[in-house]
Amino acid sequence: MPVVDSAKLRRRNRFRRTFPLHLMSLPAVLLCLVFCYAPMYGIVIAFQRFVPAKGLFGPQQWIGFTNFKNLFAYPRIWTYLTNTVQISFAKIVLSILVPLIFALLLNEVRKKWFKKSVQTIIYFPYFLSWIVFGGIVIDILSPSTGIVNNIIRLFGGEPIYFLGNPETIKGTIVWTDIFKTFGFNTIIYLAAITGVNPTLYEAAAIDGANRWQQTVHVTLPGIITIVALMAVLSMGNILNAGFEQVWNLINANVLSEAEILDTFIYRQGILANQYGLGAAVGLLKSLTSMVFIGVSYIIAYKFLDYRLF
Amino acid sequence: MKRSLSKKIFDVVNAVFLGAVAIACLSVFIHVLALSLSENDAIVSNEVMLLPKGFNLESYRIILEDGRFWHAFGISIQRVILGIIVNMSIIILTAYPLSKTKQEFRFRNAYMIYFFITALFSGGIIAQFVLLNDLGLLNTVWSLVLPTAVPVFNIILMLNFYRHIPKEILESAEIDGASEIQKLIHIVIPLARPAIATVLLFTIVGHWNSWFDGLLFSTSIHSYPLQSYLQTVIIKMDFSQTGITDPDLIAMLSNISVKSAQIIIAMIPVLAVYPFVQRYFISGIVIGSVKE
Repeated sequence: MPVVDSAKLRRRNRFRRTFPLHLMSLPAVLLCLVFCYAPMYGIVIAFQRFVPAKGLFGPQQWIGFTNFKNLFAYPRIWTYLTNTVQISFAKIVLSILVPLIFALLLNEVRKKWFKKSVQTIIYFPYFLSWIVFGGIVIDILSPSTGIVNNIIRLFGGEPIYFLGNPETIKGTIVWTDIFKTFGFNTIIYLAAITGVNPTLYEAAAIDGANRWQQTVHVTLPGIITIVALMAVLSMGNILNAGFEQVWNLINANVLSEAEILDTFIYRQGILANQYGLGAAVGLLKSLTSMVFIGVSYIIAYKFLDYRLF
Repeated sequence: MKRSLSKKIFDVVNAVFLGAVAIACLSVFIHVLALSLSENDAIVSNEVMLLPKGFNLESYRIILEDGRFWHAFGISIQRVILGIIVNMSIIILTAYPLSKTKQEFRFRNAYMIYFFITALFSGGIIAQFVLLNDLGLLNTVWSLVLPTAVPVFNIILMLNFYRHIPKEILESAEIDGASEIQKLIHIVIPLARPAIATVLLFTIVGHWNSWFDGLLFSTSIHSYPLQSYLQTVIIKMDFSQTGITDPDLIAMLSNISVKSAQIIIAMIPVLAVYPFVQRYFISGIVIGSVKE
């Protein structure tokens, strides 16, 4: 009789137990492999004179760093980078401040129906596409027939071409984005405020703190971690200024002020068939973003005790 | 505690301010609705604010008879249904092994990293386009569903919810001889209903609202889902691909009233799921974004 190999037996036993778990992961693993990992090979396009008809894995011509050289010779690329960072930085700051203020104000409301109605109305735009919402924005900001300019005229002002004037385009992009998303973010902060221990308020009240002092000394410290977390995590998006929005709101008049990296990639890389150039921008952007995201997750992990999964 | 005068004043100012913002948000949508129901002449001469001027349903009649609009609408419905089936199966199934601890499932972290990398890094739109072309999937509804078949953040939301299910329930089922699949079907799924509802809403709204993939992965406007179609005809006002050459028809389809009516119709499915958003969504995002 051979000695029963208990280690082997245990391993086989464990495999039988975990086999269904592997099986459950399998469909997602395969789909990711084909539709996420296979296209990652596409980073090589940045080093090729790419012809789509030859296929992703086809015999493309390699041209080294020529695409990158062309890119840095591109006169406006630094303007577009600046636009991207400016727009997304303004969005990050305001998309924390505005919802935070609204959450604090809504938290003061005692009438439940009123609180709920306001919430319901302000977070509706979040669920619309940038086509529908962009269509509405273009409509209401139109210099000739838009309701906003009608109101400006009513008060004797000159109509403003918000989306066609290089001076107003950045602000318009930032504020319309805040309009679309602030209601949603308000809910996140409101939930955090609700989570603050109520006994802290009672203790503060006994010590003679009024509502304002309670807000400053109890509510804000209670939610500062979540605010910091949102700030840190959104820094990873510093190069994503919002393609879906910007592409639908900009026109030829304002390119110098509002073209961002992603719209440039689409315009030059796809519409103008300069695949290699587009891929080169995309690669540089991905690498930079990965550094930002990595650092932001490390900060969130180390200092804010954040665990994503 | 007695409320001071300053507190009362604050309450009134606060309510007025919040009410005004909410009314301003709401009136934007009422304005668009009014535009869709008004005569174009009244719109052009700036007479329409919140109430329709020269009330008529002409714009809706024009769209009702516009076959191109409904063709694109149909493609959107197809992608939503297919997207629900594919995404929800993947999310519910994949989140289960990932919700195990490392002790329970040794490869859990390896799988997690494998999936998470796809959320951090992508090959870019050019590579995706060429790959779908190589696979012969361009201009099909599959090109709108398969590239986003594994939504990593929704899986994370779901697995975090699975982890809130008391361990004792699963352990007692295991003692009764339940397999992993039986535990998933009979215990985890019924208990995870709020999270499933939340993710389902994300999925429906996400698929309904997507437009860039439709634009990118279709070489002809006849394969566009509704949002891509609307991007072309109401945002860019480009009728060159639609086959419409009659300038009168183009003028009619691009007048503000007809455009507004299309915006309203495209909003209807979102409005239809919105009451459910109210019920499930808030608890869902809170679990997903604010973990203790």
